[in-house]
Amino acid sequence: MKRFVFSCSLFVLILTCSALCGASQPIKIGALFSVTGPPSFLGEPERNAAQMVADSINKSGGIKGRQVQLISYDTGGDATKAVQLANRLIKDDKVVAIIGPSTTGETMAVMPVVEKAGVPLISCAAGRKITEPVNRWVFKTAQNDNLAVAKIYEYLQKKKLNRVALLTVSDGFGSSGREQLKAQAATHGISVLYDETYGPKDTDMTAQLTKIRGTQAQALICWGTNPGPAVVARNAKQLGLKMPLFMSHGVSSKKFIELAGDAAEGVMLPSGKVIVADVLPDSDPQKKWLMAFVKEYQKLHKVEGDHFGGHAWDAMMLLKGALEKGDDLPATIAANLEKSRAFHGIGGSFTYTPVDHAGLAKDAFVLVEVKNRDWVLVK
Amino acid sequence: MDLLPQLTQYAFSGLSTGAIYALIGLGFAIIYNSTGIINFAQGEFVMLGGVLTHFFLMVLKFPLVVSMAVAILVATAIGVAFERLTIRPLKRPTPLSMVIITIGGSIFIRGVAMLIWGKDTHSLPPFSGNEPLVIAGATVMPQHLWIFGLTLLVIAANKYFFYYTISGKAMRACSYNRTAASLVGIDVRRMVFLSFAISSAMGAMAGIIIAPLTMTAYDVGVMLGLKGFCAAIIGGMSSGFGTVLGGLLLGLLESLGAGLISSGYKDAIAFIILLLILFIRPQGLFSKAQTERV
Amino acid sequence: MKRDYLLFILFALLVYAVPTFFKGGYLLNVLVFMGINTMLAVALNLLLGFAGQISLGHASFFGLGAYCSGILTATYGFNPWLTMVIAAAGVGLLAFGLGFPILKLKGHYLAMATLGFGIIVYIVLNETVALTGGPSGLSGIPNLKIGTLLFDGDLKNYYLIWTFALVTMLLSINLAHSRIGRALRAIHDSEVASRVMGVNARLLKVQIFSLSAVISAVAGGLYAHTMSFISPASFGFNFSVELVTMVVIGGLGSIFGSFLGAALLTILPELLRVVQDYDIVVYGLLLIVMTMYMPKGLAGGVAACWRLLRSKKVKAVENAQG
Repeated sequence: MKRFVFSCSLFVLILTCSALCGASQPIKIGALFSVTGPPSFLGEPERNAAQMVADSINKSGGIKGRQVQLISYDTGGDATKAVQLANRLIKDDKVVAIIGPSTTGETMAVMPVVEKAGVPLISCAAGRKITEPVNRWVFKTAQNDNLAVAKIYEYLQKKKLNRVALLTVSDGFGSSGREQLKAQAATHGISVLYDETYGPKDTDMTAQLTKIRGTQAQALICWGTNPGPAVVARNAKQLGLKMPLFMSHGVSSKKFIELAGDAAEGVMLPSGKVIVADVLPDSDPQKKWLMAFVKEYQKLHKVEGDHFGGHAWDAMMLLKGALEKGDDLPATIAANLEKSRAFHGIGGSFTYTPVDHAGLAKDAFVLVEVKNRDWVLVK
Repeated sequence: MDLLPQLTQYAFSGLSTGAIYALIGLGFAIIYNSTGIINFAQGEFVMLGGVLTHFFLMVLKFPLVVSMAVAILVATAIGVAFERLTIRPLKRPTPLSMVIITIGGSIFIRGVAMLIWGKDTHSLPPFSGNEPLVIAGATVMPQHLWIFGLTLLVIAANKYFFYYTISGKAMRACSYNRTAASLVGIDVRRMVFLSFAISSAMGAMAGIIIAPLTMTAYDVGVMLGLKGFCAAIIGGMSSGFGTVLGGLLLGLLESLGAGLISSGYKDAIAFIILLLILFIRPQGLFSKAQTERV
Repeated sequence: MKRDYLLFILFALLVYAVPTFFKGGYLLNVLVFMGINTMLAVALNLLLGFAGQISLGHASFFGLGAYCSGILTATYGFNPWLTMVIAAAGVGLLAFGLGFPILKLKGHYLAMATLGFGIIVYIVLNETVALTGGPSGLSGIPNLKIGTLLFDGDLKNYYLIWTFALVTMLLSINLAHSRIGRALRAIHDSEVASRVMGVNARLLKVQIFSLSAVISAVAGGLYAHTMSFISPASFGFNFSVELVTMVVIGGLGSIFGSFLGAALLTILPELLRVVQDYDIVVYGLLLIVMTMYMPKGLAGGVAACWRLLRSKKVKAVENAQG
């Protein structure tokens, strides 16, 4: 008899145990970032930020009691690898959603894969064509280029500067920006007098800038990511170029000021609010998260969190929000992501709808200027 | 707009970039001449020069001159170790296996640099001031003068070394005929060792002196190495003026192409002209045609 | 000679049997790309291993094939099969025209010239934004189709691409054993001597260069239609170097070696994922060590192991008998 009771209780114990374990199976989230390769300046902070969010969710008890498991792979900025790894995440790791990739090219390459498998993807790339036209499964957190371009053009319009020269980097980031800069010029009454590109690894732009100096342009807009724009700023100073110099949000981190040195003074650029978090008015709904993000990132990784990391942070938080609203079936997650309303993240205030998977308005950007080796808001 | 001041600026920009290519190209030529190896890892020593100097200067807070000296020493040691561990043990080296080994070496060195110093780009302070100099309506940075000066110095030193010292003469002998050189008692292995030491030191020096202008990061070696390789090829792999002229020509073509035609296509323009040069003079621009030994 | 064909048949059977072991995992997807890489490595091996001519710009033919096929289908709505033929013919003609001046060059000058050509193509793909979509790539390329069979899954693509790869291998084995193959080897050993023996070395080199380019262009077309997205970054200098590495690591002049090289370099990055950030270091180290200690490549290594095993077996048998 005793033995019977014992084995019965053992049986019950095992049952409860396995039931409990079943309930607390971790939620698997995939991540594709180019931690190495040319876009590593995007991928590394993105991976770090995503892991940071996953850890903090787990520390505070998980999502509805379940732990989050982030499975992240490095694409090296290569579209072929990104496709293979997306397949791996979906077929072998059986993730419920994917965040990343870091660049527009990789995202475009991965889109057919996630669409066929029916797994939601929150891209951290800026290209407008990722979400236009809207794909049921694909969302993005990085601000659209067109918003950044509009911010610069509106300022130029206000200052009555209507002739510009463009110098863009010949990679995905630059060509997407260039497309927007040309497309929006007419609507803002701006004429483009010079439109050229430079290679991502070029070390001298004096030839291009000399030619620009010879045109009637009143402002120079350079679209690229470090270190190219720093070279442009330095060479412009060397040549004594008088026109104001605008950069893209691709260089909105302290790194640009460090690289360009004195030449950075007076450079203006549109940026997410994260680099000016400390001077934002307290009424700004984003301020709370921004300060927390910058501080926590600094604590873990010794450098200030930038808005690239912010893209992944936003993606994880939006995903968390969607998971809290329902079960963890990919289709439910995608449907619930579309119900995200006024989430005040790092990149801006997100509101996804079935017709808008980018979710941001123009107020996601502020125009900043370099003064005394720091960023200040341009009023 | 008047074209003349623009043209002078293009010329100055082109020549200053060209001097950088020339300095890197010389490293290729020296190793090639004494060993017949195209060292695809040459660009990585340029990177090491810059990155190491930044490390000693900014992190360990050494004075600039000391940092530079230590950086050159460390890079040379790495170059020598590379030769000892990978080139020397080979029994029957073929040109192709050498290409793969040096490419493997370059990937390895780049990877280690990335792990140790991270992926960030860094900049070095200029050696003497940041105020541009105006020459004939064109501006150059003081750092450009350093580059020109150093290139001249390196050519002079090369000339002296290869023509007036025993080791230099022995290295030249190796480049003409290794078997014959070893027959007259030249230690060919020592010469190979020496050529790696010299070229990695030169690469590192080039990397240090250009870093204040072009900045430095773990991955700058690839592109600079490629351009230096081109310079050496145009110059017919000579370890003297040929390569320097090759580098200057490449720089000029790029700058004029960017200024006058299209900056997006500037590398393509430079390479098309290079291809044409090679089609007309398959033995390189500045070297005499050799009859093939059968 | 017979042994090569026997080996080929065994290999083909193995290739067609492999998918039964993978239930649609991502590894199958990797194997699809391995097929494309095998085609490219075999094509380059014809030039590098048989004719002894280096090319550091072979990724450009791959890229031109992919873009030609991609643009004609995605932008102009051509039939994918037709565009692949057009792409192959176009790239073949280009290579034929380019071959005459470029193959006059020797050694590192040839390396430089092919490298330059590769970079020119890469820049043109990047800069002609209206045509190619520029650096952000070209999307919406349709899958291939036979009748109602649409090649949209990994399994279907596996069979499609490996059929092409096997045909390429068979063709190359045939070529190697033909009069042309012998003439090519003669050029490899001494071009002057082969000319004296009456081989039209120049024309033959150009022809093999064009054939190699055509196969690469077909591989490019297949790549474009399976990925349905292409961007210039996949066709740069790095990939050209990777192709040369596949051929050399696999073993110069060995068709199965090219497969081994392609297989290793496709799988290696996947295996190295375990070591995370250290993968690039391990990768570089492996390249060095393998070239140092396997001068005849993987094919030579496998053959040596085989001989070693056999001699041991023979000895064991002898011992047992003795």
